Amino acid sequence: MNAKNQNIILKTKNLDIGYISKKKENRIAKDININLNKGELIALVGGNGIGKSTLLRTLTKVQPALNGDIFINEKHLNNYNNLELAKEMSLVLTEPISSKNLSVFELVALGRQPYTNWIGNLTTTDLEAVKKAIQLTNIEDLQHKKCFELSDGQLQKVMITRALAQDTPIIILDEPTTHLDMYHKAYLLKLLKQLTIDTSKTILFSSHEIDLAIQLCDSMVVMTKDQVVSDQPCNLISKGVFESLFPKDLIVFDEKTGSFRVKK
Amino acid sequence: MNQNQSNKWTFLALTLGLIAMFILNISLGSVQISFSTIIDSFFSSSDTLTNKEYIIQNYRLPKAITAILVGSGLGISGLLMQTLFKNPLAGPFVLGITSGASLGVALVILGSSVFGGFLATFLISKWSLVIAASLGSFLVLLLVLIVSSKVRDTMAILIIGLMFGSITASIVSVLSYFSSAEQLQQYIFWGFGSLGDLDWQELIIFIIIYSFGLFFSILSIKGLNSLLLGDNYAKSLGLDLKKSRFIIIIATSLLAGTITAFAGPIAFIGLAIPHLTRQLFKTSNHKILLPAVFLIGAIIMLICDSIAQLPNSDYSLPINAITSLFGAPIVIWLLVRQRKMIF
Repeated sequence: MNAKNQNIILKTKNLDIGYISKKKENRIAKDININLNKGELIALVGGNGIGKSTLLRTLTKVQPALNGDIFINEKHLNNYNNLELAKEMSLVLTEPISSKNLSVFELVALGRQPYTNWIGNLTTTDLEAVKKAIQLTNIEDLQHKKCFELSDGQLQKVMITRALAQDTPIIILDEPTTHLDMYHKAYLLKLLKQLTIDTSKTILFSSHEIDLAIQLCDSMVVMTKDQVVSDQPCNLISKGVFESLFPKDLIVFDEKTGSFRVKK
Repeated sequence: MNQNQSNKWTFLALTLGLIAMFILNISLGSVQISFSTIIDSFFSSSDTLTNKEYIIQNYRLPKAITAILVGSGLGISGLLMQTLFKNPLAGPFVLGITSGASLGVALVILGSSVFGGFLATFLISKWSLVIAASLGSFLVLLLVLIVSSKVRDTMAILIIGLMFGSITASIVSVLSYFSSAEQLQQYIFWGFGSLGDLDWQELIIFIIIYSFGLFFSILSIKGLNSLLLGDNYAKSLGLDLKKSRFIIIIATSLLAGTITAFAGPIAFIGLAIPHLTRQLFKTSNHKILLPAVFLIGAIIMLICDSIAQLPNSDYSLPINAITSLFGAPIVIWLLVRQRKMIF
């Protein structure tokens, strides 16, 4: 049990998420108990509007939890200040970056900000970290391009590189595969899997690519209306969790292939 | 590496350009003064001055320094605003900061008849104008920031800035209805903008406040760079968003506020200079942009001032007219050339 605990990097305890507006609580999901292990690739799946983004926003301290606790390395999330948290987790968000006039290298180098001095000078350690991140994602040929010259897929890779340069034990990505074609979706998720192996970082991402996630992830967090379950993909299949993911009138889950198909 | 090398050369060229424009600006005017006299006058003591040396030391030198402070300061505050509001159209003028300063000055000059009596004589001094303008710009900027934290849409923020401008304009019209022709003239002349009204004592105060603004701007460089990614990314990079925003706002209102107070509302420099600089250096990195904006802003302002004083004639044009004539076409040209403004 103890050995198992040491392997946990992020943990939630009876977590309730949602929004507070004008004294009215809009509770989106409650009693979330999940553990994320070190060095694993974890997918967060669920239907539209089920609260995936809200959960990610809560885990990353963008919005407060309604109830319950989040622990990173057994320290409560509320006890981290921005700078401390920036050294624990890095983000890839769905929102576009404000300025696309940055070069790819400059953008990736911004990932080093938690470590640089008051004016942001890069030391040799920082430059090495940037170079290493660029090598890991294989974007050497892009590094002198401007961000507005990149395709969606390239930009996504660059944003992941930036998160890698930040060199945090946890990387969280919000729907990194949106807007990508099937090949690039598979490519990107395989890249994430490879990164967990190469760098032993924990990578949590939300996605609608359930088939791909089942094949590639070490573990999955499935959000349905009634519950939030996290386990290894094969266990989730045998528990029949995926059947409850969507209304049954249109698509069904095929346990043998691990994918959904349209009802005839 | 290559980019670094070419940036160094551009910086060197700009520095030389600034020195050349500074000397040219001093030598031009209703009386033409030769280069050697200018150099001499810098080193002669105050009791043995010739006429020309007197003109340089007490009139043209302060004016040229003011031009440098105004051009660089407005450029930097424009740069800060554009990054903070993530909007290429932001600038001290568009966001209503200049209007805020105008309102402060209008209340002092035109409102003194309303307040009346001994208060009027106290209020009308130069210092009260400076304080009123700085306070006005600070308050408007604070309002814009509060609104911008509620309204996510940056376009809406610009419209709100323009609305503040309209409100200011209407309050000014109400005040001017009740004020004397003399007061009105004083206000209108202030509105033309002027670089040549400062004596050495005022200039020193100007330099001190400007230095504080510049100091806070330099402190913000790292934060500004992370803001280029957006607020949430900046936060995830460990930035204390509230604190950085506050420092940027303080820097801008110190710069734009005092400049408007001492030199009047100078249009378009704050908007156009950062864009011109981004075009020249092809970067958004504030570590390069900030010093570059300083140099280019100062150079452009010296040129505008040289044009405004109509060399070899007794007339001089309002500086505000020249900067608009120069700035507006630049903005149009940038829009037409790249179809959208990148920042």
